[in-house]
Amino acid sequence: MKFVFKILKDFPSYLWSGWGAIASIFLFFACWDLGYQIYGELVLPSPLETLSTLWVMSHNDSVIEDAKITLYRAFFGFGLSVLFGSILGLIAGLFATASIMSRPIVTILVGMPPIAWIVLAMIWFGMGDFTVIFTVVVASFPIVFVGALQGTRTLEGDLKEMGKSFKLPLHVKFLDIYFPHIFSYIFPAWVAALGMAWKIVVMAELLSTSDGIGAALAVARSHLDTPTALALVVIMISSMMFIEYIILEPIKREVELWRN
Amino acid sequence: MEKLIVKNLNHHYGFTSILENINFELNKGQVLSIVGPSGGGKTTLMHLCADLIDVQEGNIKNSFTSSSFAFQESRLLPWKNVIDNIALGLKAQKISTKMAQVRAKKIALRFGLEEIDFDKFPKDLSGGMRQRVSFARALVTKPSLLFLDEPFSALDIGLKKELQSLLIEMIDKKELSVLFITHDLMEAIRLSDEILLLKADPGRIVKKFKYDLPQSKRDDKFVYSQSAKILQDEEIIDTFELELK
Repeated sequence: MKFVFKILKDFPSYLWSGWGAIASIFLFFACWDLGYQIYGELVLPSPLETLSTLWVMSHNDSVIEDAKITLYRAFFGFGLSVLFGSILGLIAGLFATASIMSRPIVTILVGMPPIAWIVLAMIWFGMGDFTVIFTVVVASFPIVFVGALQGTRTLEGDLKEMGKSFKLPLHVKFLDIYFPHIFSYIFPAWVAALGMAWKIVVMAELLSTSDGIGAALAVARSHLDTPTALALVVIMISSMMFIEYIILEPIKREVELWRN
Repeated sequence: MEKLIVKNLNHHYGFTSILENINFELNKGQVLSIVGPSGGGKTTLMHLCADLIDVQEGNIKNSFTSSSFAFQESRLLPWKNVIDNIALGLKAQKISTKMAQVRAKKIALRFGLEEIDFDKFPKDLSGGMRQRVSFARALVTKPSLLFLDEPFSALDIGLKKELQSLLIEMIDKKELSVLFITHDLMEAIRLSDEILLLKADPGRIVKKFKYDLPQSKRDDKFVYSQSAKILQDEEIIDTFELELK
Protein backbone atom coordinates (compact mmCIF):
# COMPACT_ATOMS: atom_id res chain seq x y z
CA MET A 1 0.00 0.00 0.00
CA LYS A 2 2.82 2.35 0.97
CA PHE A 3 4.44 1.40 -2.28
CA VAL A 4 1.42 2.32 -4.45
CA PHE A 5 1.14 5.60 -2.61
CA LYS A 6 4.78 6.42 -3.31
CA ILE A 7 4.32 5.72 -7.03
CA LEU A 8 1.33 8.08 -7.12
CA LYS A 9 3.22 10.73 -5.17
CA ASP A 10 6.16 10.69 -7.56
CA PHE A 11 3.92 10.57 -10.61
CA PRO A 12 3.56 14.36 -11.28
CA SER A 13 7.31 14.91 -11.20
CA TYR A 14 7.72 11.92 -13.49
CA LEU A 15 5.22 13.42 -15.97
CA TRP A 16 6.99 16.75 -15.77
CA SER A 17 10.21 15.05 -16.84
CA GLY A 18 8.48 14.04 -20.10
CA TRP A 19 8.94 17.30 -22.01
CA GLY A 20 11.98 15.95 -23.81
CA ALA A 21 9.97 12.96 -25.00
CA ILE A 22 7.15 15.22 -26.20
CA ALA A 23 9.60 17.42 -28.09
CA SER A 24 10.99 14.36 -29.83
CA ILE A 25 7.49 13.21 -30.79
CA PHE A 26 6.77 16.60 -32.33
CA LEU A 27 10.03 16.39 -34.24
CA PHE A 28 8.87 13.04 -35.55
CA PHE A 29 5.60 14.61 -36.69
CA ALA A 30 7.56 17.32 -38.49
CA CYS A 31 9.60 14.73 -40.41
CA TRP A 32 6.40 12.88 -41.22
CA ASP A 33 4.88 16.05 -42.64
CA LEU A 34 8.00 16.61 -44.70
CA GLY A 35 7.61 13.14 -46.14
CA TYR A 36 4.00 13.97 -47.03
CA GLN A 37 5.09 17.15 -48.81
CA ILE A 38 7.64 15.24 -50.89
CA TYR A 39 5.73 12.05 -51.74
CA GLY A 40 2.13 13.16 -51.70
CA GLU A 41 -1.05 11.98 -50.07
CA LEU A 42 -1.38 8.50 -51.50
CA VAL A 43 1.99 7.33 -50.22
CA LEU A 44 2.08 9.21 -46.96
CA PRO A 45 -0.95 11.20 -45.81
CA SER A 46 -0.16 14.21 -43.66
CA PRO A 47 -0.24 13.87 -39.87
CA LEU A 48 -3.19 16.24 -39.82
CA GLU A 49 -5.22 14.09 -42.17
CA THR A 50 -4.26 10.94 -40.29
CA LEU A 51 -5.31 12.43 -36.99
CA SER A 52 -8.62 13.70 -38.39
CA THR A 53 -9.29 10.21 -39.79
CA LEU A 54 -8.48 8.87 -36.36
CA TRP A 55 -10.96 11.32 -34.85
CA VAL A 56 -13.70 10.16 -37.19
CA MET A 57 -12.81 6.52 -36.52
CA SER A 58 -12.96 7.01 -32.80
CA HIS A 59 -16.65 7.78 -33.17
CA ASN A 60 -17.25 4.68 -35.20
CA ASP A 61 -18.59 1.76 -33.17
CA SER A 62 -17.15 -0.95 -35.37
CA VAL A 63 -13.62 0.43 -34.95
CA ILE A 64 -14.03 0.53 -31.20
CA GLU A 65 -15.34 -3.02 -31.32
CA ASP A 66 -12.26 -4.05 -33.33
CA ALA A 67 -9.96 -2.37 -30.83
CA LYS A 68 -11.67 -4.17 -27.96
CA ILE A 69 -11.30 -7.53 -29.69
CA THR A 70 -7.60 -6.93 -30.32
CA LEU A 71 -7.06 -5.75 -26.78
CA TYR A 72 -8.76 -8.86 -25.45
CA ARG A 73 -6.64 -11.19 -27.59
CA ALA A 74 -3.40 -9.45 -26.76
CA PHE A 75 -4.03 -9.38 -23.04
CA PHE A 76 -5.42 -12.88 -22.86
CA GLY A 77 -2.36 -14.23 -24.65
CA PHE A 78 -0.03 -12.06 -22.63
CA GLY A 79 -1.72 -13.12 -19.39
CA LEU A 80 -1.28 -16.80 -20.26
CA SER A 81 2.39 -16.21 -21.11
CA VAL A 82 3.00 -14.37 -17.87
CA LEU A 83 1.27 -17.02 -15.83
CA PHE A 84 2.92 -20.07 -17.38
CA GLY A 85 6.20 -18.39 -18.28
CA SER A 86 6.74 -17.14 -14.74
CA ILE A 87 5.77 -20.35 -12.99
CA LEU A 88 7.63 -22.70 -15.32
CA GLY A 89 10.64 -20.39 -15.44
CA LEU A 90 10.85 -20.31 -11.65
CA ILE A 91 10.59 -24.06 -11.41
CA ALA A 92 13.16 -24.60 -14.16
CA GLY A 93 15.49 -22.16 -12.44
CA LEU A 94 15.37 -24.14 -9.22
CA PHE A 95 16.78 -27.28 -10.81
CA ALA A 96 20.06 -27.31 -12.70
CA THR A 97 18.92 -30.17 -14.93
CA ALA A 98 15.69 -28.45 -15.86
CA SER A 99 17.44 -25.23 -16.75
CA ILE A 100 20.03 -26.99 -18.89
CA MET A 101 17.35 -29.02 -20.66
CA SER A 102 15.07 -26.08 -21.25
CA ARG A 103 17.74 -23.93 -22.90
CA PRO A 104 17.68 -25.46 -26.38
CA ILE A 105 13.88 -25.51 -26.33
CA VAL A 106 13.82 -21.83 -25.50
CA THR A 107 16.30 -21.17 -28.30
CA ILE A 108 13.98 -22.95 -30.71
CA LEU A 109 10.97 -20.99 -29.49
CA VAL A 110 12.80 -17.66 -29.69
CA GLY A 111 14.44 -18.45 -33.00
CA MET A 112 11.26 -19.58 -34.75
CA PRO A 113 9.85 -16.62 -36.71
CA PRO A 114 6.35 -15.66 -35.52
CA ILE A 115 5.09 -15.72 -39.09
CA ALA A 116 5.88 -19.44 -39.21
CA TRP A 117 3.85 -19.96 -36.06
CA ILE A 118 0.94 -18.11 -37.61
CA VAL A 119 0.99 -20.34 -40.66
CA LEU A 120 1.16 -23.47 -38.51
CA ALA A 121 -1.57 -22.19 -36.20
CA MET A 122 -3.80 -21.46 -39.19
CA ILE A 123 -3.34 -25.04 -40.37
CA TRP A 124 -3.88 -26.50 -36.92
CA PHE A 125 -6.66 -24.32 -35.57
CA GLY A 126 -8.20 -22.63 -38.61
CA MET A 127 -9.08 -18.96 -38.77
CA GLY A 128 -10.15 -17.26 -35.59
CA ASP A 129 -9.50 -16.23 -32.04
CA PHE A 130 -7.58 -19.28 -31.02
CA THR A 131 -4.99 -18.94 -33.76
CA VAL A 132 -4.23 -15.37 -32.75
CA ILE A 133 -4.02 -16.10 -29.06
CA PHE A 134 -1.88 -19.14 -29.67
CA THR A 135 0.59 -17.09 -31.71
CA VAL A 136 0.75 -14.40 -29.05
CA VAL A 137 1.45 -17.01 -26.40
CA VAL A 138 4.22 -18.83 -28.28
CA ALA A 139 5.89 -15.54 -29.13
CA SER A 140 5.84 -13.94 -25.69
CA PHE A 141 6.09 -17.02 -23.47
CA PRO A 142 9.83 -17.63 -24.02
CA ILE A 143 10.67 -14.05 -23.04
CA VAL A 144 8.94 -14.39 -19.68
CA PHE A 145 10.29 -17.89 -19.20
CA VAL A 146 13.90 -16.81 -19.75
CA GLY A 147 13.45 -13.83 -17.40
CA ALA A 148 12.10 -16.01 -14.61
CA LEU A 149 14.74 -18.67 -15.24
CA GLN A 150 17.60 -16.21 -15.06
CA GLY A 151 16.15 -14.53 -12.00
CA THR A 152 16.12 -17.83 -10.14
CA ARG A 153 19.47 -19.02 -11.48
CA THR A 154 21.31 -15.87 -10.44
CA LEU A 155 20.20 -15.84 -6.81
CA GLU A 156 23.32 -15.07 -4.86
CA GLY A 157 24.73 -17.82 -2.71
CA ASP A 158 26.18 -15.21 -0.37
CA LEU A 159 22.79 -13.74 0.45
CA LYS A 160 21.22 -17.18 0.81
CA GLU A 161 23.93 -18.07 3.30
CA MET A 162 23.33 -14.82 5.16
CA GLY A 163 19.62 -15.66 5.41
CA LYS A 164 20.52 -19.09 6.71
CA SER A 165 22.89 -17.65 9.32
CA PHE A 166 20.04 -15.62 10.79
CA LYS A 167 17.76 -18.66 10.73
CA LEU A 168 15.14 -16.66 8.88
CA PRO A 169 11.79 -18.40 8.48
CA LEU A 170 10.92 -19.56 4.98
CA HIS A 171 8.39 -16.83 4.20
CA VAL A 172 10.82 -14.08 5.24
CA LYS A 173 13.54 -15.67 3.13
CA PHE A 174 11.22 -15.76 0.16
CA LEU A 175 9.79 -12.26 0.54
CA ASP A 176 12.96 -10.42 1.50
CA ILE A 177 15.76 -12.32 -0.19
CA TYR A 178 14.46 -14.26 -3.20
CA PHE A 179 11.44 -12.31 -4.41
CA PRO A 180 13.03 -8.84 -4.91
CA HIS A 181 15.87 -10.37 -6.86
CA ILE A 182 13.67 -12.52 -9.07
CA PHE A 183 11.24 -9.67 -9.58
CA SER A 184 14.01 -7.41 -10.83
CA TYR A 185 14.54 -9.92 -13.63
CA ILE A 186 10.99 -10.95 -14.28
CA PHE A 187 9.41 -7.50 -14.43
CA PRO A 188 11.45 -6.23 -17.40
CA ALA A 189 10.71 -9.57 -19.07
CA TRP A 190 6.97 -8.93 -18.62
CA VAL A 191 7.36 -5.51 -20.19
CA ALA A 192 9.24 -6.94 -23.16
CA ALA A 193 6.67 -9.73 -23.54
CA LEU A 194 3.83 -7.21 -23.54
CA GLY A 195 5.51 -5.30 -26.37
CA MET A 196 5.92 -8.53 -28.27
CA ALA A 197 2.28 -9.53 -27.70
CA TRP A 198 1.11 -6.16 -28.99
CA LYS A 199 3.05 -6.50 -32.23
CA ILE A 200 2.23 -10.13 -32.86
CA VAL A 201 -1.49 -9.76 -32.26
CA VAL A 202 -1.89 -7.36 -35.18
CA MET A 203 0.17 -9.49 -37.48
CA ALA A 204 -1.77 -12.61 -36.62
CA GLU A 205 -5.07 -10.85 -37.03
CA LEU A 206 -4.09 -9.44 -40.38
CA LEU A 207 -3.49 -12.92 -41.71
CA SER A 208 -5.99 -15.06 -39.93
CA THR A 209 -9.11 -13.24 -38.77
CA SER A 210 -11.90 -11.05 -40.04
CA ASP A 211 -12.13 -8.81 -37.00
CA GLY A 212 -9.76 -6.81 -34.83
CA ILE A 213 -7.35 -4.03 -35.69
CA GLY A 214 -5.17 -6.31 -37.80
CA ALA A 215 -8.13 -7.29 -39.98
CA ALA A 216 -9.14 -3.64 -40.30
CA LEU A 217 -5.59 -2.95 -41.45
CA ALA A 218 -5.95 -5.65 -44.12
CA VAL A 219 -9.19 -4.06 -45.34
CA ALA A 220 -7.56 -0.62 -45.48
CA ARG A 221 -4.74 -2.08 -47.53
CA SER A 222 -7.10 -3.65 -50.05
CA HIS A 223 -8.89 -0.31 -50.46
CA LEU A 224 -5.56 1.52 -50.72
CA ASP A 225 -6.91 3.64 -47.88
CA THR A 226 -3.59 4.91 -46.53
CA PRO A 227 -5.02 7.42 -44.01
CA THR A 228 -7.05 4.67 -42.30
CA ALA A 229 -4.05 2.33 -42.29
CA LEU A 230 -1.90 4.99 -40.70
CA ALA A 231 -4.61 5.91 -38.22
CA LEU A 232 -4.74 2.26 -37.13
CA VAL A 233 -0.98 2.24 -36.74
CA VAL A 234 -1.26 5.38 -34.63
CA ILE A 235 -3.82 3.63 -32.41
CA MET A 236 -1.46 0.69 -31.88
CA ILE A 237 1.58 2.80 -31.20
CA SER A 238 -0.08 5.33 -28.94
CA SER A 239 -1.72 2.65 -26.83
CA MET A 240 1.64 0.91 -26.52
CA MET A 241 3.29 4.16 -25.49
CA PHE A 242 0.56 4.84 -22.97
CA ILE A 243 1.00 1.46 -21.32
CA GLU A 244 4.77 1.66 -21.34
CA TYR A 245 5.35 5.25 -20.27
CA ILE A 246 2.32 6.05 -18.13
CA ILE A 247 1.78 2.74 -16.37
CA LEU A 248 4.87 0.55 -16.46
CA GLU A 249 7.75 3.01 -16.34
CA PRO A 250 6.71 4.68 -13.03
CA ILE A 251 6.36 1.25 -11.45
CA LYS A 252 9.71 0.19 -12.81
CA ARG A 253 11.37 3.29 -11.41
CA GLU A 254 10.08 2.64 -7.91
CA VAL A 255 10.88 -1.05 -8.07
CA GLU A 256 14.44 -0.48 -9.23
CA LEU A 257 15.32 2.43 -7.00
CA TRP A 258 17.92 0.33 -5.24
CA ARG A 259 19.83 -0.46 -8.42
CA ASN A 260 23.04 1.19 -9.45
CA MET B 1 26.33 -23.32 30.76
CA GLU B 2 26.31 -22.30 27.09
CA LYS B 3 29.17 -23.83 25.16
CA LEU B 4 30.51 -24.64 21.74
CA ILE B 5 32.42 -27.90 21.63
CA VAL B 6 34.24 -29.11 18.54
CA LYS B 7 35.53 -32.67 18.67
CA ASN B 8 37.63 -34.63 16.19
CA LEU B 9 36.38 -32.60 13.29
CA ASN B 10 37.50 -33.55 9.76
CA HIS B 11 36.33 -32.05 6.51
CA HIS B 12 36.98 -32.82 2.84
CA TYR B 13 36.15 -31.32 -0.49
CA GLY B 14 36.36 -34.25 -2.85
CA PHE B 15 39.69 -35.91 -2.11
CA THR B 16 41.26 -32.78 -0.67
CA SER B 17 41.38 -32.69 3.07
CA ILE B 18 40.49 -29.20 4.32
CA LEU B 19 40.38 -29.72 8.07
CA GLU B 20 42.00 -32.43 10.12
CA ASN B 21 41.29 -33.42 13.70
CA ILE B 22 40.11 -30.06 15.03
CA ASN B 23 39.35 -29.89 18.76
CA PHE B 24 38.44 -26.87 20.85
CA GLU B 25 35.94 -25.47 23.29
CA LEU B 26 34.39 -22.01 23.50
CA ASN B 27 32.73 -21.03 26.77
CA LYS B 28 30.21 -18.33 27.52
CA GLY B 29 31.76 -14.86 27.66
CA GLN B 30 34.95 -15.99 25.94
CA VAL B 31 36.60 -14.79 22.76
CA LEU B 32 38.31 -17.47 20.73
CA SER B 33 40.34 -16.49 17.69
CA ILE B 34 41.45 -18.71 14.88
CA VAL B 35 44.46 -17.30 13.10
CA GLY B 36 46.26 -18.71 10.13
CA PRO B 37 47.23 -17.96 6.56
CA SER B 38 44.63 -17.43 3.86
CA GLY B 39 43.23 -20.57 2.31
CA GLY B 40 43.89 -22.55 5.45
CA GLY B 41 40.30 -23.63 6.04
CA LYS B 42 39.41 -20.95 8.59
CA THR B 43 36.20 -19.94 6.87
CA THR B 44 35.19 -23.56 6.35
CA LEU B 45 35.70 -24.21 10.05
CA MET B 46 33.59 -21.17 10.93
CA HIS B 47 30.81 -22.19 8.55
CA LEU B 48 30.78 -25.66 10.07
CA CYS B 49 30.46 -24.18 13.56
CA ALA B 50 27.66 -21.86 12.43
CA ASP B 51 25.83 -24.78 10.82
CA LEU B 52 26.00 -23.20 7.36
CA ILE B 53 27.52 -26.37 5.97
CA ASP B 54 27.02 -29.93 7.13
CA VAL B 55 29.52 -31.73 9.32
CA GLN B 56 31.05 -34.73 7.56
CA GLU B 57 33.14 -36.28 10.29
CA GLY B 58 33.39 -35.52 13.97
CA ASN B 59 31.17 -33.58 16.28
CA ILE B 60 30.08 -30.00 16.87
CA LYS B 61 27.92 -29.28 19.87
CA ASN B 62 26.50 -25.79 20.10
CA SER B 63 24.44 -25.06 23.21
CA PHE B 64 24.43 -21.27 22.82
CA THR B 65 20.88 -19.99 22.86
CA SER B 66 21.35 -17.62 19.95
CA SER B 67 23.99 -16.76 17.42
CA SER B 68 24.62 -14.45 14.51
CA PHE B 69 27.22 -14.06 11.81
CA ALA B 70 29.14 -11.04 10.53
CA PHE B 71 30.69 -11.87 7.19
CA GLN B 72 33.88 -10.67 5.61
CA GLU B 73 31.84 -8.75 3.04
CA SER B 74 28.82 -6.84 4.27
CA ARG B 75 26.22 -9.03 2.49
CA LEU B 76 23.45 -6.46 2.77
CA LEU B 77 20.24 -6.82 0.81
CA PRO B 78 20.62 -4.25 -1.99
CA TRP B 79 16.86 -3.61 -2.15
CA LYS B 80 16.48 -2.69 1.50
CA ASN B 81 17.47 0.53 3.19
CA VAL B 82 19.85 0.72 6.14
CA ILE B 83 17.24 0.32 8.86
CA ASP B 84 15.39 -2.53 7.15
CA ASN B 85 18.68 -4.31 6.59
CA ILE B 86 19.56 -4.08 10.26
CA ALA B 87 16.05 -5.11 11.30
CA LEU B 88 16.29 -8.25 9.14
CA GLY B 89 18.09 -10.05 11.94
CA LEU B 90 15.08 -9.48 14.19
CA LYS B 91 12.61 -10.99 11.76
CA ALA B 92 13.45 -14.48 12.87
CA GLN B 93 12.60 -13.54 16.45
CA LYS B 94 8.88 -12.73 16.20
CA ILE B 95 9.39 -9.11 17.20
CA SER B 96 6.83 -6.60 15.94
CA THR B 97 7.93 -4.55 12.94
CA LYS B 98 7.61 -1.35 14.89
CA MET B 99 9.74 -2.56 17.76
CA ALA B 100 12.30 -3.95 15.32
CA GLN B 101 12.56 -0.53 13.65
CA VAL B 102 13.09 1.19 17.00
CA ARG B 103 15.81 -1.24 17.99
CA ALA B 104 17.47 -1.04 14.59
CA LYS B 105 17.59 2.76 14.74
CA LYS B 106 19.02 2.69 18.23
CA ILE B 107 21.86 0.36 17.34
CA ALA B 108 22.51 2.19 14.06
CA LEU B 109 23.15 5.41 15.97
CA ARG B 110 25.39 3.57 18.37
CA PHE B 111 27.45 2.26 15.46
CA GLY B 112 28.10 5.75 14.17
CA LEU B 113 25.46 5.89 11.44
CA GLU B 114 23.49 9.11 11.13
CA GLU B 115 19.80 9.65 10.75
CA ILE B 116 20.16 10.92 7.17
CA ASP B 117 21.65 7.55 6.25
CA PHE B 118 18.69 5.53 7.51
CA ASP B 119 16.73 5.56 4.25
CA LYS B 120 19.73 5.01 1.99
CA PHE B 121 20.20 1.85 -0.04
CA PRO B 122 23.50 -0.03 0.27
CA LYS B 123 24.63 1.25 -3.15
CA ASP B 124 24.74 4.77 -1.70
CA LEU B 125 26.89 3.81 1.30
CA SER B 126 30.66 3.72 1.54
CA GLY B 127 32.38 0.42 2.22
CA GLY B 128 32.97 1.31 5.85
CA MET B 129 29.35 2.29 6.40
CA ARG B 130 28.16 -0.94 4.85
CA GLN B 131 30.34 -2.87 7.22
CA ARG B 132 28.90 -0.92 10.15
CA VAL B 133 25.40 -1.83 8.98
CA SER B 134 26.39 -5.46 8.66
CA PHE B 135 27.86 -5.37 12.15
CA ALA B 136 24.77 -3.70 13.54
CA ARG B 137 22.60 -6.34 11.86
CA ALA B 138 24.58 -9.10 13.54
CA LEU B 139 24.45 -7.48 16.99
CA VAL B 140 20.90 -6.11 17.02
CA THR B 141 19.63 -9.59 17.83
CA LYS B 142 21.73 -9.56 21.02
CA PRO B 143 23.28 -12.90 20.14
CA SER B 144 24.91 -14.92 22.81
CA LEU B 145 27.47 -16.22 20.31
CA LEU B 146 28.88 -14.05 17.53
CA PHE B 147 30.73 -15.45 14.53
CA LEU B 148 33.13 -12.93 13.05
CA ASP B 149 34.73 -13.78 9.72
CA GLU B 150 37.41 -11.11 9.27
CA PRO B 151 34.85 -8.34 9.35
CA PHE B 152 37.50 -5.68 9.98
CA SER B 153 39.81 -6.60 7.14
CA ALA B 154 38.49 -4.01 4.67
CA LEU B 155 38.24 -1.13 7.15
CA ASP B 156 40.55 1.78 7.84
CA ILE B 157 42.42 1.88 11.15
CA GLY B 158 40.09 4.38 12.82
CA LEU B 159 36.92 2.51 12.05
CA LYS B 160 38.53 -0.79 12.91
CA LYS B 161 39.43 0.51 16.36
CA GLU B 162 36.00 2.02 16.88
CA LEU B 163 34.18 -1.23 16.12
CA GLN B 164 36.66 -3.21 18.18
CA SER B 165 36.06 -0.99 21.21
CA LEU B 166 32.33 -1.48 20.88
CA LEU B 167 32.94 -5.20 20.80
CA ILE B 168 35.28 -5.06 23.81
CA GLU B 169 32.63 -3.17 25.74
CA MET B 170 30.17 -6.00 25.19
CA ILE B 171 32.72 -8.70 25.91
CA ASP B 172 33.55 -6.95 29.15
CA LYS B 173 29.98 -7.19 30.31
CA LYS B 174 30.18 -10.91 29.60
CA GLU B 175 27.08 -10.72 27.42
CA LEU B 176 28.80 -11.99 24.31
CA SER B 177 30.96 -14.91 23.24
CA VAL B 178 32.87 -14.59 20.02
CA LEU B 179 34.39 -17.00 17.55
CA PHE B 180 36.70 -14.84 15.54
CA ILE B 181 38.62 -15.51 12.34
CA THR B 182 41.49 -13.30 11.36
CA HIS B 183 44.89 -13.30 9.75
CA ASP B 184 45.86 -10.19 11.71
CA LEU B 185 47.78 -11.27 14.81
CA MET B 186 47.56 -7.89 16.57
CA GLU B 187 43.81 -7.86 16.17
CA ALA B 188 43.64 -11.36 17.62
CA ILE B 189 45.81 -10.39 20.58
CA ARG B 190 43.69 -7.32 21.31
CA LEU B 191 40.42 -9.23 21.39
CA SER B 192 40.99 -12.85 22.34
CA ASP B 193 41.09 -14.93 25.48
CA GLU B 194 42.53 -17.73 23.44
CA ILE B 195 44.16 -17.92 20.01
CA LEU B 196 44.27 -21.10 17.96
CA LEU B 197 46.89 -21.29 15.28
CA LEU B 198 45.55 -23.07 12.20
CA LYS B 199 48.17 -24.42 9.83
CA ALA B 200 47.18 -24.98 6.21
CA ASP B 201 47.09 -28.07 3.96
CA PRO B 202 45.24 -29.64 5.65
CA GLY B 203 43.95 -27.22 8.25
CA ARG B 204 45.00 -28.35 11.70
CA ILE B 205 45.53 -26.65 15.01
CA VAL B 206 49.23 -26.58 15.84
CA LYS B 207 49.36 -24.27 18.85
CA LYS B 208 47.19 -22.43 21.37
CA PHE B 209 47.97 -19.13 23.08
CA LYS B 210 46.12 -17.88 26.15
CA TYR B 211 45.70 -14.30 27.39
CA ASP B 212 44.25 -13.68 30.83
CA LEU B 213 44.32 -9.88 31.01
CA PRO B 214 40.75 -8.51 30.49
CA GLN B 215 40.33 -7.00 27.01
CA SER B 216 39.45 -3.57 28.38
CA LYS B 217 42.82 -3.41 30.19
CA ARG B 218 44.88 -4.25 27.12
CA ASP B 219 46.60 -1.13 25.89
CA ASP B 220 48.69 -0.64 22.77
CA LYS B 221 51.85 -1.47 24.69
CA PHE B 222 50.45 -4.84 25.71
CA VAL B 223 49.36 -5.62 22.17
CA TYR B 224 52.70 -4.61 20.65
CA SER B 225 54.81 -6.50 23.17
CA GLN B 226 52.68 -9.63 22.87
CA SER B 227 52.76 -9.40 19.09
CA ALA B 228 56.53 -9.11 19.15
CA LYS B 229 56.70 -12.13 21.40
CA ILE B 230 54.36 -14.24 19.38
CA LEU B 231 56.20 -13.39 16.17
CA GLN B 232 59.31 -15.07 17.61
CA ASP B 233 57.37 -18.28 18.09
CA GLU B 234 58.63 -21.02 15.83
CA GLU B 235 55.22 -22.41 15.00
CA ILE B 236 54.02 -18.95 13.99
CA ILE B 237 57.07 -18.39 11.80
CA ASP B 238 56.54 -21.77 10.20
CA THR B 239 52.78 -21.44 9.70
CA PHE B 240 52.88 -17.98 8.20
CA GLU B 241 56.14 -18.78 6.36
CA LEU B 242 57.81 -15.75 7.88
CA GLU B 243 61.43 -16.91 7.57
CA LEU B 244 63.40 -15.45 4.74
CA LYS B 245 64.10 -17.91 2.03
